[in-house]
Amino acid sequence: MTTATATPTATEAATTAAADSPTVEILGPDGWLPVCTLDRLSPGRGVAALLPDGTQAALFTDRAGRAYAIGNRDPFTGAQVLSRGLTGTATGRPYVASPLLKQRFDLANGECLDDPSVSVPTYSVRTRGGA
Amino acid sequence: MAAAASPTSARTDRPTIVLIGHGMVGQRFLEALAERGVTETSRVVVLCEEPRPAYDRVQLTSYFSGRSAEELSLVERDFMDRHGIELHLGDPAETIDRAARTVTARSGLTVGYDTLVLATGSYPFVPPVPGKDSTGCFVYRTIEDLLAIEEYAKNVTTGAVVGGGLLGLEAAGALTGLGLRTHVVEFAPRLMPVQVDDGGGAALRRTIEDMGVTVHTGVGGKEITAGEDGAVTGMELSDGSRLDTDMVIFSAGVRPRDQLARDCGLEVGERGGIVVDATCRTPGDTAVYAIGECALACDGRVYGLVAPGYEMADTAAAAIAEQDTDGFTGADTSTKLKLLGVDVASFGDAHGASEGALDVVYCDSRAGVYKKLVVGADGTLLGGVLVGDAEAYGMLRPLTGSVPPVSPEQLVLPAGAGAPVALGPSALPDDAVICNCHNVTKGTIRGAVTEHSCTTVPEVKKCTKAGTGCGSCVKALTSLVNDELEASGVIVDKGLCGCFPHTRAELYEVVRTLRLASYEELLASHGRPEARDGDGCEICKPAVGSIIASLAPSVGADGYILDGEQAALQDTNDHFLANLQRNGSYSVVPRIPGGEITPEKLIVIGEVARDFGLYTKITGGQRIDLFGARVDQLPLIWSRLVDAGFESGHAYGKALRTVKSCVGQTWCRYGVQDSVRMAIQLELRYRGLRSPHKLKSAVSGCARECAEARGKDFGVIATSNGWNLYVGGNGGADPRHADLLAQDLSHAELIRLIDRFLMFYIRTADRLERTSAWLERIDGGLDHVRDVVVHDSLGLCDELEALMAAHVHHYRDEWAETLNDPERLARFVSFVNAPEAPDPSVRFTPERDQIKPDLTLLAGPTLPVRTLESVRPLEGTSAR
Ligand SMILES: Cc1cc2nc3c(=O)[nH]c(=O)nc-3n(C[C@H](O)[C@H](O)[C@H](O)COP(=O)(O)OP(=O)(O)OC[C@H]3O[C@@H](n4cnc5c(N)ncnc54)[C@H](O)[C@@H]3O)c2cc1C
Repeated sequence: MTTATATPTATEAATTAAADSPTVEILGPDGWLPVCTLDRLSPGRGVAALLPDGTQAALFTDRAGRAYAIGNRDPFTGAQVLSRGLTGTATGRPYVASPLLKQRFDLANGECLDDPSVSVPTYSVRTRGGA
Repeated sequence: MAAAASPTSARTDRPTIVLIGHGMVGQRFLEALAERGVTETSRVVVLCEEPRPAYDRVQLTSYFSGRSAEELSLVERDFMDRHGIELHLGDPAETIDRAARTVTARSGLTVGYDTLVLATGSYPFVPPVPGKDSTGCFVYRTIEDLLAIEEYAKNVTTGAVVGGGLLGLEAAGALTGLGLRTHVVEFAPRLMPVQVDDGGGAALRRTIEDMGVTVHTGVGGKEITAGEDGAVTGMELSDGSRLDTDMVIFSAGVRPRDQLARDCGLEVGERGGIVVDATCRTPGDTAVYAIGECALACDGRVYGLVAPGYEMADTAAAAIAEQDTDGFTGADTSTKLKLLGVDVASFGDAHGASEGALDVVYCDSRAGVYKKLVVGADGTLLGGVLVGDAEAYGMLRPLTGSVPPVSPEQLVLPAGAGAPVALGPSALPDDAVICNCHNVTKGTIRGAVTEHSCTTVPEVKKCTKAGTGCGSCVKALTSLVNDELEASGVIVDKGLCGCFPHTRAELYEVVRTLRLASYEELLASHGRPEARDGDGCEICKPAVGSIIASLAPSVGADGYILDGEQAALQDTNDHFLANLQRNGSYSVVPRIPGGEITPEKLIVIGEVARDFGLYTKITGGQRIDLFGARVDQLPLIWSRLVDAGFESGHAYGKALRTVKSCVGQTWCRYGVQDSVRMAIQLELRYRGLRSPHKLKSAVSGCARECAEARGKDFGVIATSNGWNLYVGGNGGADPRHADLLAQDLSHAELIRLIDRFLMFYIRTADRLERTSAWLERIDGGLDHVRDVVVHDSLGLCDELEALMAAHVHHYRDEWAETLNDPERLARFVSFVNAPEAPDPSVRFTPERDQIKPDLTLLAGPTLPVRTLESVRPLEGTSAR
């Protein structure tokens, strides 16, 4: 794989985040894991994080600034894509809709709103520090 | 469908019904038999002369504006099988032996009958003028006639229609549609002499002439002249003048096809028509019935319209089922002309022939409008003629025979000229017939809503058949259904989703007029109360995002969809400017306008695909799809493509996709215009235009239509005079041929019309509603859209054009813009905490020398579920 041009790559861009923003941490199997600064999250849009055991988490914030993390794997297709879904609120419950087949998952408890027999894992999240 | 296996089809123990003729009335008769259960107890055999089962002859002309022969079919696909009916296509009956009770068909098949039904229709009358059999002389009755006319018209420039009646004018409209200079020759002093009076004829003439048709009234064709090759060269007229023409269509009335009946000694009328009684049975033979245009009804008339024929079909079926029937004793002969751009209707006693009848007339020669109502001395509406404005037809015809609730003067005045009440269907009595073709009353339609729980117009159509004939009552039907729904308390929540009580079109207006370019503000100010504080939902976010994007320049928003709040509204495809595939990888489609590409660019695509190991496939839209890219590879791939001069193809967006083209006049020996150049121009003009759903287009360089433009949202087909514009086509699961919006447009006219059409669609369509569904749904359908975008009936066109001009002016390539901005690039990582790490779950295996997703990686057991409660946060165990 080669690339001939000197376009800034996503990798470079991703590391230029502001230093004075609080850090968002996920509670993984080995304890709290810092994942990114809060300003990398925009309400309504998720990002994926790689956990030390190789599993993936999907991280979101809502309009009130609250952060949520659930498993990134869409149990209906097996693809690691939940972080790329659109979020919303249904009867007061914050959720993300899978970008593949649109099933919705409660961000707080991982339950699938469209099929209560299915759920995804959830992770505790906290923010620390910042100016 | 049974094949003609044995030459003699033996009589079975069940009684046999033989139907001769499978036209409109014949099919209705079969349906009426099936409804009455007769098909279960009797064997039914149908002899059909035409090569195809019954089709909608009334809508025949719409074949020229894009309806296919299949779409015209009246027979549901499995109708014959389901009812065990034996249909013999292309095998006309030749003799009837009434003594032996058998019918023999051309193939030699002989069928015995217990009951025989003749539904042989009419044949077009061709006046016995010399030269009438020359090459280039046609009649206008069957799909085969139309195919022959279409083929012949390709090589000639002028056509003449003999006969200025209902059908003659339809034929003339068709000829102009085929690009011919067209003449109409009518022997009577006015057009449509049977239906309209002198005043209506004059207004009609002006309208027809405005369409470019030359009208000759008060003269007849005396002789058709032909050249040495036997092909038509012109026509001598009865006043001694001469008309140069390359082809002639005879439309001088029809005659009942009663020859079979004559040959077997059944009684026929003096001027033709098989004599029948009120049950449609022949008086001379109780085993024989005749229905439709071949029958001479007991009121002494032969009816040349479909509605009376349907009534006869029901009557005969009821008689055969030994059920009570009112019988057929006469019928209404109201008609509405279905000619492109001409509004003509007549109903009831249009000529004021009843005793003591009075006229109320409104006439505006300038506008070509003429309206006359015929009323009795007691105020009863007896009939009328409407020319130039037949809007009221749907309401007035059912009122015929009653005293209307408002005065006749008010009924003929145009809207806005002092007409106080818009007369709604609520004013009609329950027994008023709304759909004349299928004889459906207002009461039946109301019953469909109240008793059969229909909640939409299509459901009511299916349930009652109303509105499925000539279609002229659909408007009245729609308002009736809506009234009834409202009255029965059915609240139809038309809101977009749980967050907004508005339709997409309403939200569009809100955004446009209040210049509200923020989703959050829109939700806070216009959301449902319970949704205002929430985060919205995945339905309204992209819909609002698309509205803001379509209107961006005019509401002060950024046309780039991935900055600020707009980024959070986009579906994942728009968010990554690529198409998400099942394993979480993306596909990439560079724009290839018109499907034209240089070898150099083709090589770049090949190199990129090779270097990134992408699966490569040619799409149906004449471009190339590259599959299997990880999120973090997208910027690398696109920087190569952008360097080589490619732009985003918007394959990921609800936006213009491609404008496909055939190779056109430049290379093709049949081409009449440069379709490639046009396709490129259209694609570059509308690229990036966000809309309620994806938009596809195509341009064909001649009528052979190799680019399949009629399967597209907007399709352009070249003619020798310019371009024809078709709209509302669709492929996919619900195919629909596009309808002709306007023809023979110049280059500039074409662009202007497409600008208006697209912007009007974007403004009024529902979320994820393709143009085909939109055209079927909106009030007034194609005619309304034509009024708005061609005739500017709403005064919107300037604004629609300005919106499109702003779009064109502000277009920028999304991918180039993204690559130029490190912040925008930041999202293109698989993991926020490990930007360099590729997503390990996106893997591929080989197949046919390329890759395919490795789904085994995805299929593993679902990860164990841990709820929030089971994982208590452990303060101070940070992995830092
Ligand atoms: C262009 C056009 C526009 C029209 N517009 C309108 C309109 O707006 N409103 C309206 O009410 N009416 C309209 N009509 C008239 C309408 O189509 C007819 O009234 C209707 O089709 C009559 O139905 P039918 O079954 O009696 O005859 P047809 O539909 O003509 O069917 C008769 C069938 O019998 C077949 N047949 C004949 N002889 C034999 C045989 N020996 N063996 C086997 N088969 C045989 C014929 O091939 C034909 O298929 C229009 C007609 C045309 C041509």
